[in-house]
Amino acid sequence: MTATEPSVVAPKRLQWMTASIREVIEETPRVRTLVLDVPDWPGHRAGQHVDVRLTAEDGYQAQRSYSIASAPDAPHVALTVEMLVDGEVSSYLAGEARAGDKIELRGPIGGYFVWTASLGGPLFLVAGGSGVVPLMAMLRHRAAAKSDVPATLLYSSRSFDDIIYRAELERLAGQGVNLVLTLTRTQPAGWGGFKRRIDRAMLESAGFAPAAKPRIFVCGPTLLVESAASALRDLGHAPQLIKTERFGPTGK
Amino acid sequence: MATPPISRGFRGRDPGAKNARVPPGQHLVTDFPVLSAGPTPEPDLKAWRFTMADGESPLGEWSWDQFNALPQTELTVDIHCVTTWSKLDTNWRGVSIDTLLEAAGLSEPPGPFTLIHCEGGYTTNVPSEDLLDGKAMVASQFDGEPLDPEHGGPARLLVPHLYFWKSAKWVRRLQFLDSEVPGFWEENGYHIYGDPWREQRYDGD
Repeated sequence: MTATEPSVVAPKRLQWMTASIREVIEETPRVRTLVLDVPDWPGHRAGQHVDVRLTAEDGYQAQRSYSIASAPDAPHVALTVEMLVDGEVSSYLAGEARAGDKIELRGPIGGYFVWTASLGGPLFLVAGGSGVVPLMAMLRHRAAAKSDVPATLLYSSRSFDDIIYRAELERLAGQGVNLVLTLTRTQPAGWGGFKRRIDRAMLESAGFAPAAKPRIFVCGPTLLVESAASALRDLGHAPQLIKTERFGPTGK
Repeated sequence: MATPPISRGFRGRDPGAKNARVPPGQHLVTDFPVLSAGPTPEPDLKAWRFTMADGESPLGEWSWDQFNALPQTELTVDIHCVTTWSKLDTNWRGVSIDTLLEAAGLSEPPGPFTLIHCEGGYTTNVPSEDLLDGKAMVASQFDGEPLDPEHGGPARLLVPHLYFWKSAKWVRRLQFLDSEVPGFWEENGYHIYGDPWREQRYDGD
């Protein structure tokens, strides 16, 4: 192609790719990570997601979207899936699936809820439950890229045992990530962290001042994301710097 | 096309799978999930204005009271989100785009493409003809109640025959254009048109 010759390139359709489950990691009683072999994986950016498709023996198919947990720099694509009540796909991925099983992937998808080291920081990540997954991809990418942008993860879980990636988060906390945990239902004896739902005061004390113009990513159940995003805006953070991703029932 | 691999031990059990009203790759939900790219704007009905424009030329402007004084339409429709949930028989009330055009003194849209602008800078694009003949409205009520801010209140676009991201929340302006300008998700890898029955989820589908 030369500069003087305009060309119209038809967009390339995202193809379904066969992935083999390489390893299953029990993260919590309800959450598992599937480490995958995806021979044709085109690469991704931290924060993106994939569609997963399952095919039953009778040909029945079901598909859902899942965030990618692994950094772009990692050797294998990993998904972390929480088992939902009556979740026909999540109950398979987080329950039945084992090493050697095959699933299909299409992606990566999404160019908005994305952070790359070149975008800089500070980075303020706010997670509830399995909403930590795409944010973990960002923290893993920050570590792999040897980025030194200031980063804070404010992460709400129901209990100590529900903290996904706990050991790895503790390691990252030793490498310059400010890790702030809150446990909303039960806390172990001697717990020194927060004990309530994420609120405005917590966002203010854990996060960066609006003048620092942090890039903010919020992911979790709808109610948490709604209240956190509104509180962040009220604290003076520019709405265009607050990126959200929500999942789960609305409670209606 | 290659036969998809069987996922050992997977048995589907979604009742929506056999429902002819559910497009390919979708499953039924009974709740109403929320997906937005940023914070939910606080509704301010005093400052709220809905406008239409031909390119940069204004065609009409309505305050909240003026908008609500226009003839109202009710629609009960199935909606389909690109993240694979579908919800049947959702009930909406608002003002059809046909009525808004008529109120602006127009018999048809002044351009073949429409760029929809929302509070917070979100945009989406729809061919103008997809907004006509009762197919689309600016909706201000859901199930007989004022639309919740998290679902797009005070008013959202409703174009139910396309994937639901086209039914933009917190809609404020319809801009008719001579050429197609991709909106926010359309710039971010999603399909320019988004027909759920043809599974047009992503660019190139």
